[in-house]
Amino acid sequence: MSRILEETDRLKALGWCGERVARDPVNQPMINNWVEAMGDTHPAYREGLAPPAMVQVWTMRGLHPAPQPDDPLHAMSAVLDEAGFTSVVATNCEQTYHRALKVGELLTVRSRLSDVVGPKKTSLGVGWFVTTESTWFSGEEPVATMLFRILKYQPRPQAAAASPITPVVSRDTAFFWEGTAAGQLRIQRCEACGRLRHPPGPMCPACGATSMGFVVSEGAGTVYSYVVHHHPPVPGKRLPFVVALVELPEGVRVLGEFLGESVEIGRPVRCTFVRVGGFHLPAWEAAA
Amino acid sequence: MTTLPPLSIEVTPTLIVSTALATRDFQDVHHDRDAAVARGSKDIFLNILTTTGLVQRYVTDWAGPSAVVRSISLRLGVPCYAGETLTFTGRVVSESVIEVVGTNSLGAHVTAEVTLA
Repeated sequence: MSRILEETDRLKALGWCGERVARDPVNQPMINNWVEAMGDTHPAYREGLAPPAMVQVWTMRGLHPAPQPDDPLHAMSAVLDEAGFTSVVATNCEQTYHRALKVGELLTVRSRLSDVVGPKKTSLGVGWFVTTESTWFSGEEPVATMLFRILKYQPRPQAAAASPITPVVSRDTAFFWEGTAAGQLRIQRCEACGRLRHPPGPMCPACGATSMGFVVSEGAGTVYSYVVHHHPPVPGKRLPFVVALVELPEGVRVLGEFLGESVEIGRPVRCTFVRVGGFHLPAWEAAA
Repeated sequence: MTTLPPLSIEVTPTLIVSTALATRDFQDVHHDRDAAVARGSKDIFLNILTTTGLVQRYVTDWAGPSAVVRSISLRLGVPCYAGETLTFTGRVVSESVIEVVGTNSLGAHVTAEVTLA
């Protein structure tokens, strides 16, 4: 971390540096490639005018970038790479175009390091935000400026980020998950006293018997209560989502995600099943 | 308030790769799915130079070829992976400023402000 801060100070003290001359002058073939890929049909771009948003392209470092120790973004990235922050995403770009560029102009870019902020926890992983400013010149004339911010981060293992949480199946609950796989919402029934219960358990809370069977619910009920989950993140889920506690006419209440936007207490719902990691989870949607 | 007609773009792998090369951005996450996944992404995704270019295209398609783009300021949100549909909407917030939002199935990919001369 001290190495990162040292390099930040060194590069900031350098000020405007890292001068780089474009590989090619502004030229029609590269403009043509650009407009073809972007699907941009602006007529002036076919006649020697460069798209303003293309300004950065002229001075990109290319496929085999030569070492350029005084380029602030490159130098800062190298130090962050060494520290394990090996991945990069751009987060902000603010470009100002002083005038249009025409075929034949040869551009030069100069940059300075504005800021390095971190380490920050982000949804991608822990990382550092690196902000640079650049100015493009045509000859001595400044033609465009840019503020550019990237996040250099430590990638998290993909599995941890994306694999959804699935139920743990036990002897007590196996019948329930076999039911959902068959499209049935099964409710445990005590074979001694006939009482229904949910969630499933090993013993009847009313009579203490351990022999159990089940009935198949009609799958219709009403919302008894619900929560809207905003935080913390849940693997495999997009936030926010709604979890509803649904009262069934059979006399038990069952939890499940409410699919849709219009949840409210008392709303009639019907059961449906969503596939999650090989399981079929009961969920609820508004009854027509 | 004046709004711009929406524009939807199918973000195919071909679009991502062809725009990455046309913007001379050779970061592997824009053309190599295995590398992108190893770095924690779901797939290859659009580079910021392309997002900037598409925002510009969206505004000049609407404003016409005589419009002069003075500045584009944008903030990236969720990535735009291969297979997404990127839908731009926009509104005129002052005489020369257009606010543009590009969304995909994951949420807002880009929020931008474009200033015309």
